Amino acid sequence: VTLSEGARAGIGRELGMLDSLLSFGGLVLLRDSVEWEGRSLLKALVKKSALCGEQVHILGCEVSEEEFREGFDSDINNRLVYHDFFRDPLNWSKTEEALPGGPLGALRAICKRTDPGPITIALDSLSWLLLHLPCTTLCQALHAVSHQDSCPGDSFPVGKVSVLGLLHEELHGPGPVGALSSLAQTEVTLGGTKGQASAHILCRRPRQRPTDQTQWFSIFPDFSLDLQEGPSVESQPYSDPHIPPVSKNARAGTRKCSLGSGQRGENKSCRGWGWGGF
Amino acid sequence: MFVELNNLLNTTPDRAEQGKLTLLCDAKTDGSFLVHHFLSFYLKANCKVCFVALFQSFSHYNIVGQKLGVNLTVARERGQLVFLEGLKSSVDVFFQTQEEPHPLQFLREANAGNLKPLFEFVREALKPVDSGEARWTYPVLLVDDLSVLLSLGMGAVAVLDFIHYCRATVCWELKGNMVILVHDSGDVEDEENDILLNGVSHQSHLILRAEGLATGFCRDVHGQLRILWRRPSQPTAQRDQSLTYQYKIQDKSVSFFAKGMSPAVL
Repeated sequence: VTLSEGARAGIGRELGMLDSLLSFGGLVLLRDSVEWEGRSLLKALVKKSALCGEQVHILGCEVSEEEFREGFDSDINNRLVYHDFFRDPLNWSKTEEALPGGPLGALRAICKRTDPGPITIALDSLSWLLLHLPCTTLCQALHAVSHQDSCPGDSFPVGKVSVLGLLHEELHGPGPVGALSSLAQTEVTLGGTKGQASAHILCRRPRQRPTDQTQWFSIFPDFSLDLQEGPSVESQPYSDPHIPPVSKNARAGTRKCSLGSGQRGENKSCRGWGWGGF
Repeated sequence: MFVELNNLLNTTPDRAEQGKLTLLCDAKTDGSFLVHHFLSFYLKANCKVCFVALFQSFSHYNIVGQKLGVNLTVARERGQLVFLEGLKSSVDVFFQTQEEPHPLQFLREANAGNLKPLFEFVREALKPVDSGEARWTYPVLLVDDLSVLLSLGMGAVAVLDFIHYCRATVCWELKGNMVILVHDSGDVEDEENDILLNGVSHQSHLILRAEGLATGFCRDVHGQLRILWRRPSQPTAQRDQSLTYQYKIQDKSVSFFAKGMSPAVL
C-alpha cells in the first residue's frame, strides 16, 4: 500500500515533532525515570542546537564534563560551554575554584550576555537544582531566563533562548513537578516498551491549542536522533486542565473534539515505569 | 564471590569496568548476599577497598567472607581493606574529644547538615599512596547500607550529596568503583527512603534488585534478582536493558536460574 503525498507530508510533520522541539524556545522539560533515562536525549538535543550554530551552555551538576562530552565530535564540543557544578557543587573543598553564585548565578551570567544570537541552556539536571534550591526561587529563575526578562535595564536585544531541563520524575512530589510543568512550553515524558524508547511530547504554543504526540525513537552512538514510525498516534488537540471549560452553547459544537481527546489515555500509556514497574 | 553472578553480569575480577556505581537494593528479602559477593569480588581483584559497614559487625562479614575465599583480617592488616565498623564507631564517637574529627560526627551534632566528615574519611582511605609502585589495581567504596543513615537522622538530600561527592572522587577522579546497598522498605509513607533510593538509582550504572517472591516463602527459590543496566557509555538502538532471574542461596554459593526453572521444580 503506498501513501498519498498528503499522508507522507503528515508523517513527515509528525516525525519532526521531536526533531523540532527547540524551534520555539522557552523551557523544554525532559521527564525521565530510572528505567528510561533521559540524558541521551538531552545530549541529542544539545547536539542539534550546536549543529544549528547556537551557543550551548551546560549546567553540569550530575555527571562530569568528560562524561557529558563523551560521544560528541570536536565540532560539537567546541560549541559547548560547560559550567562545572559536578566536582564540588557545595564547596566542600573550600577552594577558590568553586563558581561564585552557584548554578543560579551562572544562569544569570549567561542571560547577561551581549551576543544577540540564539542560545540553548541545558540543565543537567533540573532535579539536582530542585533538591538544593527552593522551588519558588528556581521557578522564578527559569521563568526569567526562558521569557527573557531577567535583565532589567539590559539594553541589548537578545535572541531565542531554549532551556532544556532534565527532570527525574520519581524524586519530586506533584507540587514542584506541577509548578515546573506550568512553566514549560514543551514537556517530553520518556517511556518505552521491549527495549524501544518513546517520547510523549506535549506542546503548548502561544495562541494555539496544546497538542500531544507519542514519538518512537532511538539514539545513535554519535547522539543523532533516529526517529521511527512505530505505533504512533496522530497529533491531536490536548485537553489542558488549565484551560477553563467551554460554555454550554459552545459545548455542542465541540462534542466531536471531546470524543477525539478521549484517545489521550492511549498516548499516556507510554510513560516510564520507574520503580513500580521495574 | 559467586561465579554464576559474574556470568550473568558478564564480568570477572580481572576485567571489571572502572568508574562505575552499582546499586544493590533489596525488597521483602535479605540482599546482603550481594554485598558479600562484591566484597570478595573486589578483594580478589586486588583493589583497595573502603567498606563503610553500618549494618553488621566486622566478624560477621569476615565469617561469610571466609566461605567465599577472602580473609578480611588479613586484608585489613596488609592495608588492602579499610573497614569502618559503624556499630562500634557509633559508640566511640561519644567518647572522643570534640576536636577530633570522626566520620560519624553527625551523631553528636543536633543539626548535622551534611556528611562531609564521612566523605573525608572515604577520600583519605582511598587516596593514592605515594610509593614507587602501585600496589592495588583501583579503589572501591562499599556501603552497607545507606538507609541506616536516614534512620540515624540524616536527610535524604544530605545522603545523596555524600554519594555525589564519593562518586566524583572515587569514580571520576580515581577511576574506581562504588557499590551501595539501599534497602527498599516498601513503605509508601517513607518518602525520604524513596527519594534516596530513586536518587541513587539515577546515579547508577548498574542496579541489582533482590526481591522476595510474591507468593511467599519457598524452600527451593529464595527470591528473584532483577538486573538493570543504565547509562551505557554509548547509546544503542535496541538492547536488553533488564534481566530477571530467580535464585537459591546455598552455603558457599548462589545458583541462578530462569523464572520457573528451579531444578527442584523440573
